[in-house]
Amino acid sequence: MSGRKIGEVILDLKNITLRFGGVTALEDISFDVREHEVRAIIGPNGAGKSSMLNVINGVYRPQEGDIILRGEHHANMDSYGAAKAGLARTFQNIALFKGMSVLDNIMTGRNLKMKANLLQQAVWFGPAQREELEHREKVEEIIDFLEIQHIRKTPVGRLPYGLQKRVDLARALAMEPQILLLDEPMAGMNVEEKQDMSRFILDVNDQFGTTVVLIEHDMGVVMDISDRVVVLDYGKKIGDGTPDEVRANPDVISAYLGASH
Amino acid sequence: MAVTHTERAATPLDTFPRLLLNHAATRGDRPATREKYLGIWQTWNWSQVAGEVRAIASGLAELGFKRGDNLAIIGDNRPRLYWSMCAAQMLGGVPVPMYQDAVAAEMAFVLTDGEIRFAIVEDQEQVDKLLEIKDQCPSLQHILYDDPRGMRHYTQTYLQGLDEVVAMGRIHDKNQPDFIPSEVALGSAEDVAVMLYTSGTTGKPKGVCLTHGTFIAAATSGVDFDHLTEQEDILSYLPMAWVGDHLFSYAQALVAGFTINCPESGDTVMTDLREIGPTYYFAPPRVFENLLTTVMIRMEDAGALKRNMFHYFMAVAKRCGSDILDAKPNVSTADRLLYALGNVLIYGPLRNVLGMSRIRVAYTAGAAIGPDLFRFYRSIGVNLKQLYGATETCAAVCLQPDREIKFDSVGKPAPGVEVKIADNGEVLVRGKLLLKEYYRRPKDTAEAIDAEGWFHTGDAGFFDDDGHLKIIDRAKDVGKLADGAIFAPNYIENKLKFFQYIKEAVCFGHDRDMVCAFINIDVGAVGNWAERRGLPYSGYTDLAAKSEVLELIRECVEQVNADLSHDVMVAETQVHRFLILHKELDPDDDELTRTRKVRRGFVAEKYQVLIDALYTGKTSQFIETQVKFEDGRSGMVSADLAICEVKTFPVMKKAA
Repeated sequence: MSGRKIGEVILDLKNITLRFGGVTALEDISFDVREHEVRAIIGPNGAGKSSMLNVINGVYRPQEGDIILRGEHHANMDSYGAAKAGLARTFQNIALFKGMSVLDNIMTGRNLKMKANLLQQAVWFGPAQREELEHREKVEEIIDFLEIQHIRKTPVGRLPYGLQKRVDLARALAMEPQILLLDEPMAGMNVEEKQDMSRFILDVNDQFGTTVVLIEHDMGVVMDISDRVVVLDYGKKIGDGTPDEVRANPDVISAYLGASH
Repeated sequence: MAVTHTERAATPLDTFPRLLLNHAATRGDRPATREKYLGIWQTWNWSQVAGEVRAIASGLAELGFKRGDNLAIIGDNRPRLYWSMCAAQMLGGVPVPMYQDAVAAEMAFVLTDGEIRFAIVEDQEQVDKLLEIKDQCPSLQHILYDDPRGMRHYTQTYLQGLDEVVAMGRIHDKNQPDFIPSEVALGSAEDVAVMLYTSGTTGKPKGVCLTHGTFIAAATSGVDFDHLTEQEDILSYLPMAWVGDHLFSYAQALVAGFTINCPESGDTVMTDLREIGPTYYFAPPRVFENLLTTVMIRMEDAGALKRNMFHYFMAVAKRCGSDILDAKPNVSTADRLLYALGNVLIYGPLRNVLGMSRIRVAYTAGAAIGPDLFRFYRSIGVNLKQLYGATETCAAVCLQPDREIKFDSVGKPAPGVEVKIADNGEVLVRGKLLLKEYYRRPKDTAEAIDAEGWFHTGDAGFFDDDGHLKIIDRAKDVGKLADGAIFAPNYIENKLKFFQYIKEAVCFGHDRDMVCAFINIDVGAVGNWAERRGLPYSGYTDLAAKSEVLELIRECVEQVNADLSHDVMVAETQVHRFLILHKELDPDDDELTRTRKVRRGFVAEKYQVLIDALYTGKTSQFIETQVKFEDGRSGMVSADLAICEVKTFPVMKKAA
């Protein structure tokens, strides 16, 4: 268990430009993420936050710019490569298998780490069984960590939204990622659920030393839990710094926080 | 274990640590404690438990815990918290379990009142609470936590992980193997074994000091009474600070040597119950009520065939189930056959769902249980019995003997206990299971135990013709209507609460000309009912204000009135008017005690305006109330409450 001491730059995004036909979603955006920090991306609707995340984990390929992950250039990152490189993410609209149990959903997060081949898994006894037990243990630790023991066997589709979000996080954690990308982890939650989620995110960051990049709308949450914040507006970066710095930045105030602040 | 057989035979087993060491020596391989961790049941046998307890005790001693010290224990039912109790007792100290959901201010009171120097708590949440109030509790010197999660950045020197203390204790125990046995040898049956704080329905909580001798006597009498053996399995999920849990999960487990099972978390109790299949079970009526409500909700949602089968066989069970359980001869062969069929189709599966397949004996206590609720469990073949007691009497005063079950009595006095009724109807108890004293409150002690050694329970009751005790209500709650009729609010409230839609009820009527009631609806049950009717609602307050819900509750109250009218004693106290409260009564708002009993006086005072509205004939009343959230913040809830009239029935002569 590594301590939470903010380290070197682990992920560096340089001059990223992403276009969809004539629409420029991201324009010349550069920022970096340091090891073990909680880094937030904020901005109004349509600012390009989710696109930014999609660029990081290889869903979209930017037309220009460079992604440097631990010193290696990944200009042509794809999702498989991103997952291999230790990036895991959760989705704004929850991407879980609704008909499968919580446990099975989280087990899917271990997929990349399973070594048994199809044949071995079909026979199951022997190596595949041993391997599954190991993975199950890891998954149980995550279940314990996120306090979802009581819904272990419940199909995800039957759970309330807040718990589904937690399961989504559990699935991402099952990959034992170095960098966790969270797309609006607290959207649509009530105050208590947001508090719980914030605590879990901080715990993950603290306990496992996982670097967290998150998109969030709730300014209170963002300012509370992030170390540094980058602000996007219409695909451009308009602010970058600690929550206090961002809060004091006049561009940010006019674009996002509103004039009264 | 350093203690040999011969040494032990010489010393009587009159303290809990001696019992533990005896189990370790005589049935060391039997499972003592289980806990579900990472989805798997982990087991510790008696000799392992004895080793753990020794290690904790040695560690505590190393930190300076000594004879006469009090040790606060705060948290959910975790094995190490139970072991810590015994560890404190080994050193001649006194464990003081506290309610884990208490807010910081309540804890501050107990910590100061009990002059507590050491606290062992479950996790970060509890540590945070203690840190918040540490300045108010000058005596508190050490806080130990069981679960290290999230604790890495706490730098306070008085904070330590139980793991470290145990590791330190093991070394200490190895270097001085004679220390623990000599401490255990110093203990005597007269020592205070545990201090339990009363729930405080009557003012500030008081620390009840119970000795080893007392508690072992109480536990032994229960064990003998129900023939409990080392083979029993119980699920320990009730608050550790409650005397009931202490009796069953600690005292009786140590006396009989059976296995306690700690659930994975508070939310998994239902699953854990099914997995363990306890043979001996104990719960306050509220838990049985909730279980029944869950079953009823699910049955309402089931298909027509299943639902009809369920209702048909439940009618059969109601007719003859409890008689069959009591082995009474007056059941017809046809009914027996039907019941046997029902057992295969309905009762067996139902018991399995409830986790009650293996139950030999189940007890309920803590509050009066509705006769219908009680009958339900007995009729499906669960040997549910009532017991009556108080914190001051180690929980056990009266028990219902097998095959002598009456739905409205709490049974006969336990072996070695004398019970009599005072002139004012109050139940008095005498025997060796009484408390030693209230901690540092000689005046209260003198008030509670009179010169002849009778303990005044504060409950009103009477003995029926067969010598069974019937409890009507708290003595101070029993009142009279303006026309002189006896008014026992609890009795009416329990009848109301049996309806799955009603979670809590508070009745008023003392010195008034009629009875009126506050109702709390059960959000689960009423919400489900509303969903099936396509009624949209946003939360408790909204749901409670729906006119359809008001109508639903009115029907329930009317049925209670019809029921009351059959009994001459209480026929005058039918409910004339009621309202549905805009918020749930909550211990955080001081409206309920931690054991979830209504604090009648407080509620009456807080909602005086509503009571006035009920008695002045208004049809609605506006109210705004402050509520506290779990994290200590507060907010306002307001609503316009409709007041509803209910039909009452003429007094009927009891038929047969």
